[in-house]
Amino acid sequence: MKDMTKLNTFEQFMYYFQENGMYVLTQFMTHFLISVYGVLLAALFGIPIGILIAKYKKLASPLITIANIIQTIPALALLAILMLGMGLGKTTVIVAVFLYSLLPIIKNTYTGITTIDNNLIDSGKGMGMTRLQVLYMIELPLSLKVIIAGIRIALVIAIGITAIGAFIGAGGLGDIIIRGTNATDGTAIILAGAIPTAFMAIIVDVLLSVVERRMDPMRRRKGDQLKVQSLQE
Amino acid sequence: MLKIEHLTKKYRGGKKAVNDLNLEIKEGEFIAFIGTSGSGKTTALRMINRMIEPSSGTITLNGKDLSKMNPVTLRRSIGYVIQQIGLMPHMTIRENITLVPKLLKWSKDKKDETAEKLIGLVNLPENYLDLYPVQLSGGQQQRIGVLRALAANQDIILMDEPFGALDPITRDTLQDLMKDLQQRLGKTVIFVTHDMDEAIKLADRICIMHNGEMVQFDTPDEILTHPANDFVKEFIGSHRLIQEKPSAKIVDDVMIKPVSITLEKSLDEAIKLMVSKRVDTLFVTDGHGRLLGYLNVEMITSARHTTQSIADTMNREVEFVKTGTKLQDSVRRILIRNLKNITVIDEEKRLIGLITRANIVDMVYDTIWGEENTEQ
Repeated sequence: MKDMTKLNTFEQFMYYFQENGMYVLTQFMTHFLISVYGVLLAALFGIPIGILIAKYKKLASPLITIANIIQTIPALALLAILMLGMGLGKTTVIVAVFLYSLLPIIKNTYTGITTIDNNLIDSGKGMGMTRLQVLYMIELPLSLKVIIAGIRIALVIAIGITAIGAFIGAGGLGDIIIRGTNATDGTAIILAGAIPTAFMAIIVDVLLSVVERRMDPMRRRKGDQLKVQSLQE
Repeated sequence: MLKIEHLTKKYRGGKKAVNDLNLEIKEGEFIAFIGTSGSGKTTALRMINRMIEPSSGTITLNGKDLSKMNPVTLRRSIGYVIQQIGLMPHMTIRENITLVPKLLKWSKDKKDETAEKLIGLVNLPENYLDLYPVQLSGGQQQRIGVLRALAANQDIILMDEPFGALDPITRDTLQDLMKDLQQRLGKTVIFVTHDMDEAIKLADRICIMHNGEMVQFDTPDEILTHPANDFVKEFIGSHRLIQEKPSAKIVDDVMIKPVSITLEKSLDEAIKLMVSKRVDTLFVTDGHGRLLGYLNVEMITSARHTTQSIADTMNREVEFVKTGTKLQDSVRRILIRNLKNITVIDEEKRLIGLITRANIVDMVYDTIWGEENTEQ
């Protein structure tokens, strides 16, 4: 074992990775999966709720208010309250992530659907689409970009919540950070937990914003634009 | 074919948008509903495909009561074109045209065949099928909007101010195209507009509406010569009432014989012909006298060094009207599109005459001096 006191923080950080690389990777995966499960669960409930309140506008205000209230509860407090009922462990954190993800997903689905040009719905109906066909042939494809944006926001928030979830024994990169704060001169260990967390959040954000742009029907096949102009003389 | 009886739409609060409307529309007719905003014309139209449910009264289509039909099935059998066009931005032109066939679950081959056949009808190239609506101009988009209403062989087409948002030249072109399509395909078109010129130009019969009631329902000529009351008179506008008198003439009465040349001749021959007949424009025809294009002095001068063939030099985009068209309509086209002249063709596309700007002068002369002469 090397004498840690003789290394600088960066060397200590690299050393920690060499020795515990697999451990960090396992925690990274645990962390990622807790966030993803929570957000997927929220999407499973949030998207249908968003569609529902876009159709029955009277429900919109109360449901968005409830989601807003959940959002204002501090993460640590929410985790503590959930822990009282559900005990320690991953499930509790997934439920917390689920609750926090509801607002961005519901709100974006609602906004996505209600901002679609009414004339499109009108011509869809006028051509003989059923209500279900209007939903999956017009409303969902056109609001997909906004819905994905909601999921992206939710997932970035979720990665932050999951880090705190380590306090109630869920594991994940938060575990490494807590270990670092407990150790004397634990800066390198804190970084070994914090940097991958930040990295995960950034990667998720970038990847999903690419997906989001892909989903925008207006931007598809931009290359064709030139071809058309030459056709029109 | 379509019979509307005692149709009334009452909104909450007792306001009647449409009050006791009765009319019968025959197959293949072009009907225009016209009126000021709030006259109930759009409401009346939207009750036909049940986008709005009537408060009372019945609409029957070929003897079948529409209120007893499934609204979704009904709408798939009726074409629908709106002012805002409403093409789906996330679908290609092909998918947009074949949207109703898709709802009717046609096979892919049949859908593609339909799309390819239809796009030619509106003078757009086939490679436009794979573009998205944003890549087209407003006029091109509405052409697709019209095709979408034809794709599943709908017999009736409802149009709600379809050309209202287009510029005057595009609007005029699309009006001609729509009239031509309607006659060629034998569709029944019900058309809502607030533009009297558009209604007179397109409609076989015009239904003038005011405050939810039908004021007059008759042919354009009948309405112009015998307006039912002061409201109709005011709505038509006094200038149209006067204009209508000399326009009883059709293009055949006044057209002159155009100078034409057949396709296989050389440019030298074309110039000689121009000099001997003292004209600056020649019309190019094939061996059967069918109109192919035109040729003028500027085009010959610029092309003289590169080619000797008329086919390479001529411009194939030539404006024409069919024989039997009202003179007034043709003159209006010359003025709106700023043309030098307009050719007259018969049913087989054979060139038979030419209307020039000189005819406008004659018309003005007739209007101002012609009547005084008869009084003397």
